[in-house]
Amino acid sequence: MDGDIPAPLPTTVDLRAEYESSGVKELLDDLDHEMIGLKPVKQRLRETAALLLVERARKSLGLTHHTPTLHMSFTGNPGTGKTTVALKMAGLLKRLGYVRKGHLVSVTRDDLVGQYIGHTAPKTREVLKKAMGGVLFIDEAYYLYRPDNERDYGQEAIEILLQIMENNRDDLVVILAGYADRMDKFFESNPGFRSRIAHHIDFPDYQNEELHRIAAHMLTEQNYVLTEGARAAMDDYIALRRGQPHFANARSIRNALDRARLRQANRLFSSAAGPLDATALSTIEEEDIRASRVFSGGLDSGRKEDAA
Amino acid sequence: MRITQGCFSFLPDLTDEQISSQVDYCLSKNWAIGIEYTDDPHPRNTYWEMWGNPMFDLVDPKGVMMELEACRKQFGDHYIRFNAFDSTRGFETVTMSFIVNRPKVEPKIRMIRQEVDGRSQRYSFETVR
Repeated sequence: MDGDIPAPLPTTVDLRAEYESSGVKELLDDLDHEMIGLKPVKQRLRETAALLLVERARKSLGLTHHTPTLHMSFTGNPGTGKTTVALKMAGLLKRLGYVRKGHLVSVTRDDLVGQYIGHTAPKTREVLKKAMGGVLFIDEAYYLYRPDNERDYGQEAIEILLQIMENNRDDLVVILAGYADRMDKFFESNPGFRSRIAHHIDFPDYQNEELHRIAAHMLTEQNYVLTEGARAAMDDYIALRRGQPHFANARSIRNALDRARLRQANRLFSSAAGPLDATALSTIEEEDIRASRVFSGGLDSGRKEDAA
Repeated sequence: MRITQGCFSFLPDLTDEQISSQVDYCLSKNWAIGIEYTDDPHPRNTYWEMWGNPMFDLVDPKGVMMELEACRKQFGDHYIRFNAFDSTRGFETVTMSFIVNRPKVEPKIRMIRQEVDGRSQRYSFETVR
C-alpha cells in the first residue's frame, strides 16, 4: 500500500514554474491569440488563474486553504464569446486540478425543466450527473425563473441546482450566462444564486474594428480572402448592421460571411465559363457583400432572423 | 452465507473509493453503468430490479456514485450491483458486473434433494432467510 509514510511537504514553491508546467500559460496565451478584443474578460481570467494557482501552491505547502467557490456568471450580449470562454475556463480548471475531467455541458431551460409534475427533478439530476467532474454551462439562465407563474417547474430546477452547487462544490462548476440586465433581475429574485456565485464576468460588445478583425480571422481559417473593395464593404456592413435589430456581434458576422460565401458560390457557378483556379475559388468580391439586405434598408419587417 | 458472483467477489468488499475508481475505468472504456438491486441472490435470478436507466454518456464516476447513494438509501438491506454494458458492435453485452452493497445478514442457499422415478435424485437450490 502506498502512502504509509507521508512524503515531506516541500518548503518552497516556484509559481512561475507551476504556471508554465501546469499548461495554464499555454492556455492563456492561446486565449490571447485566438480571441480578439474582450480585454476585461481576459484580465479577469488571468486574475482567476492566478488565484487558483496560489491556492494550489498553498495547498502543496500544507497551509490552510479552502476550495474557493468557483461558480461564475457570464453576462453580455449575444455573440460576445461567452460559450467559447466557458470552454477555455473548463480547460483552465482542469489544468489546475479544480475539476476532474474538464468537459463542458451546455444546457438551456429545456434541458433542466420538465413538462409535468415530477418530471423536473429527474431531468435536472440527469443533466447534473453528466456534468459531474466538469463545467455546467447554463445559457440564458434567467428563463429558469418565471415570476409571472408561481407554479412554474423552473423553481424546482433552481432548488436542485442550488443544493448541488453547495454540496458538490468539488465535483462541478456551474456557469450561468445571459444578458446583463435580465441576469441582474434573476439574481435579485434568487438571492441564493447571488451568494453562491463568486465571479461575475461581464462581456463587452465588440468594437467595429474588432469585428472586422474577427471577420478576417474567420475567413483565414476557412481559407477565403477579401478583395480590397470587399474589405471596405465589410466595414460599411458592420457599421450598418450594428444599428439594425437582432444584432448579435460575432455571430452576426459569422452569418454574414456564410451568406457571402453562398453568393460567391452562386456567382462563380453562373458566371464562370472556363476552369477556375484556387484564387478564384477563395476570393470574396465586393459585390458578394454589397448584395446583402443590410445595405438596402435592413430586415424586412416580420423576419426575425439575422439580416443577410 | 457470503454470496460470490461477478468480479471481485472473492475480495473483501470494495470501499466507495475503490468502487469509484472501478467505475472510472468502465467509463474510460465507454461502457454504460446500470445499477440493479435484489433481495434474492439465487444464481438463477439473473434479472435484478433496475435502479433507473443505465447511465450512458457520463464522464465522471461521481454521477454513478450519487445514484448508488440514492439506491442505498432506499434499498440499503438489499444486494446492489453495477453492470457495465459495452455497446461496441459485436459485443453489445454486459462486460463487467460487481456487487457494491450487501444486506447485513445474507440469506443462505440450501440444496434440496428430491427422490423421483424410483431411486433417482433431483437437486435444486433455494434461498433461505
